[in-house]
Amino acid sequence: MLNNITIGQYYPVKSCIHDLDPRVKILLTIALIVAVFLVHSAIGYALVLGFLYLTCRLAHVPFRMLLKGLKPLRWILVLTFVLNLFFAADGDILLQWQFITIRKQGLLNALHYSLRLLFLVMGTSLLTLTTSPIQLSDGMEMLMSPLKVIHFPAHELAMMMSIALRFIPTLMDETDKIMKAQMARGADFESGNLIARAKAMVPLLVPLFVSAFRRAGDLAMAMEARCYHGGEGRTRLRVLKLGRGDLWASLAVAGLIGLIIVEGIVLPGGLW
Amino acid sequence: MTKRNPIISVQHVTYTYEEAAHPALEDVSLDIGEGEFVAVLGHNGSGKSTLAKLMNALYLPTEGKIFVRGMDTADDERLWDIRREAGMIFQNPDNQLVATVVREDVAFGLENIGVPHDEMVRRVDEALAAVRMTDFAESAPHLLSGGQKQRIAIAGILAMQPGCIIADEATAMLDPSGRREVLDTVRSLCREKGITVVWITHFMEEAAQADRVAVVSDGRIRLEGTPREVFSRVNEMRQMHLDVPPMAALAAELREAGMPLRADILTVEEMAEEVTRLCPSN
Ligand SMILES: Nc1ncnc2c1ncn2[C@@H]1O[C@H](COP(=O)(O)OP(=O)(O)O)[C@@H](O)[C@H]1O
Ligand SMILES: [Mg+2]
Repeated sequence: MLNNITIGQYYPVKSCIHDLDPRVKILLTIALIVAVFLVHSAIGYALVLGFLYLTCRLAHVPFRMLLKGLKPLRWILVLTFVLNLFFAADGDILLQWQFITIRKQGLLNALHYSLRLLFLVMGTSLLTLTTSPIQLSDGMEMLMSPLKVIHFPAHELAMMMSIALRFIPTLMDETDKIMKAQMARGADFESGNLIARAKAMVPLLVPLFVSAFRRAGDLAMAMEARCYHGGEGRTRLRVLKLGRGDLWASLAVAGLIGLIIVEGIVLPGGLW
Repeated sequence: MTKRNPIISVQHVTYTYEEAAHPALEDVSLDIGEGEFVAVLGHNGSGKSTLAKLMNALYLPTEGKIFVRGMDTADDERLWDIRREAGMIFQNPDNQLVATVVREDVAFGLENIGVPHDEMVRRVDEALAAVRMTDFAESAPHLLSGGQKQRIAIAGILAMQPGCIIADEATAMLDPSGRREVLDTVRSLCREKGITVVWITHFMEEAAQADRVAVVSDGRIRLEGTPREVFSRVNEMRQMHLDVPPMAALAAELREAGMPLRADILTVEEMAEEVTRLCPSN
């Protein structure tokens, strides 16, 4: 059934990767990102790419979904590449034309940094594609809970996340209703220049905000009436349990990191 | 008024909102007996919601005292016991569901009071069964109808095993079928599980189904008694801008016109019976 609202880029299918404990997934993603920074050669990057591709297949997520996650970042990727390419201070000169100088070191840096960024984004995309927002927030809450001793509001953040997820569809419906009501009275949200359109949004946003605040007040009262008093002494219906899959996933990532390190020792200097 | 042990006892309570010129409630006293179904009837702004929130310790009386199962609502130490004992359902079905999945919403109160996981699962399943929403356990609340949302809210309260449910106009935003569905659910909980119900409403038809009705107007309880007693006071009810069942109104008019009818007629059958008694056909 509709267990999760599709918000963000969660790809709701059943798979062994989706079933992993969100805490493990978060930690392994971080480990993977660190591993990417240890890579020195094309073989290393190929290993990481292969690993991501395999995980994607296991998760029944089409690989192009991962690539789609890169799209918003394409300019940053290009910029990273170009800046590194042109602004290396030393190394053999590969090409010189007027004021443009491309050095070997620059090319290497450009490749390294943009590939790292690429894999960083792909890794986190894989996490958010296979973990529902609510599970993510659960996982984050659990991982952050030791920080409560320094008054980090781990529970409160997770609760906010969960309430936001609960109310986004409600507010969307409401936006739709208000928009239709305003359109019936001749409001026009689509034509005109930017300023005209922004102005047209005012009669939409004002009632929406008013209603959101009223909802917030009501909800706070209802939560209090149901004995909510913060995270202290709270138990949970949703419990996170480590399973066999989590062990295998951890071993797989450990194996990958091992390979990357070995490859770094066996092939120092890389293969470029 | 009530012979039974009161589960909620409101004693000479006055409540004034901050910066308000007049008190929203003035010298209100009301006992709710264990297992009773009491309706609180009143038009908009009469003070019904204020009374409900006082019973749940969301507000504290400016003057007077309120006891829930003998616990003073002003006693900070018993706050969570009081709220667990007197669960509350609100008017807007959307603004009281917290979680993204039905069963997690039902568990919300239990999580708050720290019920162990296994017991929580059991109680959630029982509560969902009691409101006949088991099939929707994994649904997202925003996809349910208003009546279903209110039943989930009731389940959330029920899971806390309260002695009393306070419903503050829980049907006001529902369509007629949703209204019936929610009222029937609460009535059967009262009848079958002996849960006390304080049913706050401005619908006269709903109040007519209660064991007892308290009529609130301008912050005071003006009338109190069985629906029959209350609705026979047609003129007083009208003065408070409240409806009475059509047959009670008709009986009052006929009495005014000189027919010696019984004063407490509520249904068409009773009316027919009275009329045949007075004018035996021959
Ligand atoms: N938060 C508030 N602040 C000030 N006055 C309020 C507030 N809520 C209600 N009132 C006033 O108290 C009176 C009773 O309100 P309420 O208990 O909500 O009535 P009901 O639920 O019967 O419609 C009304 O006159 C209302 O204007
Ligand atoms: Mg009200």
